[in-house]
Amino acid sequence: MEKALRKYFPLFALPALICFSLAFLIPMVWGFVLSFCEFATITDATFVGFQNYVRAFTVDNYFTQAFWFTLGFTIVTVISINILAFALALALTRNIPGTNAFRTIFFMPNLIGGIVLGWIWQVVLNGVLAGFEKTLLSDASYGFWGLVILMNWQNIGYMMVIYIAAIQNVPTDMLEAAAIDGANGRTTLFKIIIPSVMPSITICLFLTLTNGFKLYDQNLALTNGAPNHQTEMLALNIFNTFYSRVGFEGVGQAKAVIFTILVAAIALLQLVATRRKEVEN
Amino acid sequence: MAQVGKKYTNIIIFLILLVVAAFIIFPILVVLMNSVKGNLFISSTGAFKLPNEQSFVGFSNYVNGAERISFFSAFGYSLWITIASVAFILLLTSMLAWYITRVKGKVTSAIYYLLVFSMIVPFQMVMFTMSKFANMIHIDNPVGIIILYVGFGCGMSTFMFSGFIKSIPLALEEAAMIDGATPVKTFFSVVLPMLKSTAITIAILETMWVWNDYLMPYLVIGTEYRTIPVAIQYLRGGYGSVDMGSMMAMLVLAMIPVIVFYLFCQKYIIKGVLAGAVKG
Repeated sequence: MEKALRKYFPLFALPALICFSLAFLIPMVWGFVLSFCEFATITDATFVGFQNYVRAFTVDNYFTQAFWFTLGFTIVTVISINILAFALALALTRNIPGTNAFRTIFFMPNLIGGIVLGWIWQVVLNGVLAGFEKTLLSDASYGFWGLVILMNWQNIGYMMVIYIAAIQNVPTDMLEAAAIDGANGRTTLFKIIIPSVMPSITICLFLTLTNGFKLYDQNLALTNGAPNHQTEMLALNIFNTFYSRVGFEGVGQAKAVIFTILVAAIALLQLVATRRKEVEN
Repeated sequence: MAQVGKKYTNIIIFLILLVVAAFIIFPILVVLMNSVKGNLFISSTGAFKLPNEQSFVGFSNYVNGAERISFFSAFGYSLWITIASVAFILLLTSMLAWYITRVKGKVTSAIYYLLVFSMIVPFQMVMFTMSKFANMIHIDNPVGIIILYVGFGCGMSTFMFSGFIKSIPLALEEAAMIDGATPVKTFFSVVLPMLKSTAITIAILETMWVWNDYLMPYLVIGTEYRTIPVAIQYLRGGYGSVDMGSMMAMLVLAMIPVIVFYLFCQKYIIKGVLAGAVKG
């Protein structure tokens, strides 16, 4: 069969691979090369070595600032989303009336696109802050916490669904045995439930980690980096370097390469973490 | 005694859940409420007041907003791009996945790892060169962008399809081939029907991505053809203040299709998200 199929490469594999090359492979390699060049159009470039990488950090401090902002945002959201989502999942696996309706409502924000979400929260947060005669743009910390609230609102339902599925898979005989042995709620939670849902916790931690690092649409619609680039996250900073400053295309591309390495490092870490868990089990 | 205690805990949990549900629904209600109010009454502290005689403007925000950003043509572009992209992703990547799983070799495994690698790379890495390149080869239109979506969706979709194909026994396909079926016939009559549930999962995940995607349509076709997210952001304009009334009305229109889709396909969506999270 393999022999018969092999010569069908042009029909089965080629169409998707052409799209893949046009959309990803060629732009990716080209972009990598251009990160070492100075250019205005992508076909007319001069090699400048690592100059773009140096300028990414030295020309202004917005990129480093965006890194710290993104890191802080990601740490806060990873912790808050996972704790809240796990708590809701616990609450929704106790046969409380209305469980299905609650689950439907909690998951819903996850489907709304980032741009729409950003504008929704801009109105709500500005409405609240107006009571104190402030706006979202009066201080960078409002933008930060605004984004944190938005991200929690959007992602809690998603992670909750994953945790619910995991908690429902905890073997009932283990829970019954614990109950017979007189384990209280806290012991059951920490000694039985949490250890058995560990794989899901790993998945959710990394999902929230990458979501936080790659956030763009919400950032653009909520604050667009204001005031003065202070609420600019990495993805938005890269976009602005490319498109709002003439002559900085190379620097933008260098930042994009650094960003890619960061995100890839997180993914690699996840791979190692999941592999190790599998060995332990 | 323990029973009574449990009952009280459940009542308290129920009340907390109600509060959380209110927190989730509240922003949507605020937008809905403000979409029928005049501009002056949305900003500042007026945002949480119900529309009254003074502030109520009927559906004029909807009419003005829809006209300004041509909402219905944006809806049309979004719908066409999403349906066509997802259909082609499903067809082309299921074929690719079958080929690279069944034909063993250095080339096919190299393809597989490249596809997995593409799942990790953030869009920012390729956005500049990709949009300029799309411009150069004239695929910067609502038809050409389908090629880009297939190319970007390829990674996750092929990865999930081939994960499933690995688990189905070769015997069925071999039997069909021995009976004289060509690979094409074997794929469409034997393999493809078995991929149905994986295909639904992938369709859900890709639909959510393409429908809500902002940057790619903005960069590639945004100046001439606007999808819904691009049209919404376009309301912001270059300088000056945003027409908040129109914005509220357009946000409502943008959310309606998503919520309808969710209520009808909730079961598949949650299943899809679960499968996607575990494999992705």
